[in-house]
Amino acid sequence: MKLEEVPQEKKNFKDGDKAPQKVLYVTDNLGSYTQTNSAGWEAENVVLEQAWEEIDHQLKVAMQQVRNGKCSPITYYMIKNRMDISILSSYVNKWQWQVRRHMIPVVFAGLSKGMLDKYAKVFNISTDELKKLP
Amino acid sequence: MIIPFEHKSQAHCESGVTSNLLKHYGVPISEPMAFGIGGGLFFGHLPFVKVNGVPGTTYRIYPGQIFNNVCKRLHIKSDAERFRSVETGMNRLTENIQNNIPTGCQVSVFYLPFLPEVFRFHFNAHNLVIFGEEDGFYQVSDPVMDDKCIIRYEDLAKARFAKGMPEPRGRMYYIKQVPQHIDMKGAIKKGIKQTCMFMKSPPVPWFGVNAIAFLSKQILKYPIKLEPRKATLYLGNLIRMQEEIGTGGAGFRFLYAAFLQEAAKETGIDGLNELSSRMTGIGDQWRNFAYNTARICKARSTDVVSYSELSNQLYQIYEAEKFFYNELSKVY
Repeated sequence: MKLEEVPQEKKNFKDGDKAPQKVLYVTDNLGSYTQTNSAGWEAENVVLEQAWEEIDHQLKVAMQQVRNGKCSPITYYMIKNRMDISILSSYVNKWQWQVRRHMIPVVFAGLSKGMLDKYAKVFNISTDELKKLP
Repeated sequence: MIIPFEHKSQAHCESGVTSNLLKHYGVPISEPMAFGIGGGLFFGHLPFVKVNGVPGTTYRIYPGQIFNNVCKRLHIKSDAERFRSVETGMNRLTENIQNNIPTGCQVSVFYLPFLPEVFRFHFNAHNLVIFGEEDGFYQVSDPVMDDKCIIRYEDLAKARFAKGMPEPRGRMYYIKQVPQHIDMKGAIKKGIKQTCMFMKSPPVPWFGVNAIAFLSKQILKYPIKLEPRKATLYLGNLIRMQEEIGTGGAGFRFLYAAFLQEAAKETGIDGLNELSSRMTGIGDQWRNFAYNTARICKARSTDVVSYSELSNQLYQIYEAEKFFYNELSKVY
């Protein structure tokens, strides 16, 4: 990439004003490499936005499923914290199948206080909040 | 206590940390140099390792390797520690600061409050330097940030002991002793040889240049096998790994080209200059690929023709890279 081709396409994300400048290595007109800054690039913004849209979409689906009694709130909070089952299971120190089981509302209702506390701590919320949706 | 540490923002976290740490000890090594000597360049595509339901793709070597390789190849004595307990891990870090040793840490991006929310995913292979501690606050030099930052004890503990692959387990690393004489030429040779070997010889399709050809075949299947939403997500993840903050853009290829140029000056081997400009060309190809892919993501298209165009483009990159490493290995 050449120095004059460096994109400066800043995107206003939710709190993107804190976003640091991106350091790039580019060639000047003599072909030697220098360091420069870029505010962002359209292609990169598109895929980052897409990743967030996907999370929002999954959250909506999960919210509906919890309301319909198909899942426990653990599913919702897992997605909210951008986790998947394998990450969540290593945080609460359980097997993946156990976490999947805890996502069944009937099983969730019977979980011990200790187990609920563990989940709440991982999601950084109180145990009462864990039992219902925001 | 705060150690006078010079913060410099860099393109990539691990090579940036390595360069900043070494400069603190008076070894003049730039970021591209650290990246090249550490053998940072790589490619891997693992369809069976899913991260958030999306196949894993990497453009770089396994985390921790760059720092280790640079120290080994420049004969610098360093140490790395991992911990079982959070408390010992944090105590050891504070102890290091009190002994005047700036210390690198592997952390998860998710728990770094100074980063904007949009960038915070469960990515556990980020690196930063801790160089001071005062009343439960740590001074941070994070290479992707413009300035120095501070972080609370609790946040740092969470970030260092995050779970999920690759698990940091509080990994911290620091330099113990720097030799009088630094042999750059020998280290450059070793770094280049390693990159050639890692890119050319893995006998499985998931690593090295072969993985690029493999991925180009996989992309053809996306519009047929996956629903449109998933297909564009798979593509989007590729571009995020290639272009997002901390990569210097185009999957580290520009960083490597900068290294080759500097290496040519250092070693006096003229051929490296030409290889550097060829690598720049490959980087531009990757960038074009990212641009076209992002367009498909935006349109949410599952048009078979546009996917096969992408696949063709990737195959051309594969051929260019394959040729490149063959030439590069002839230099030494």
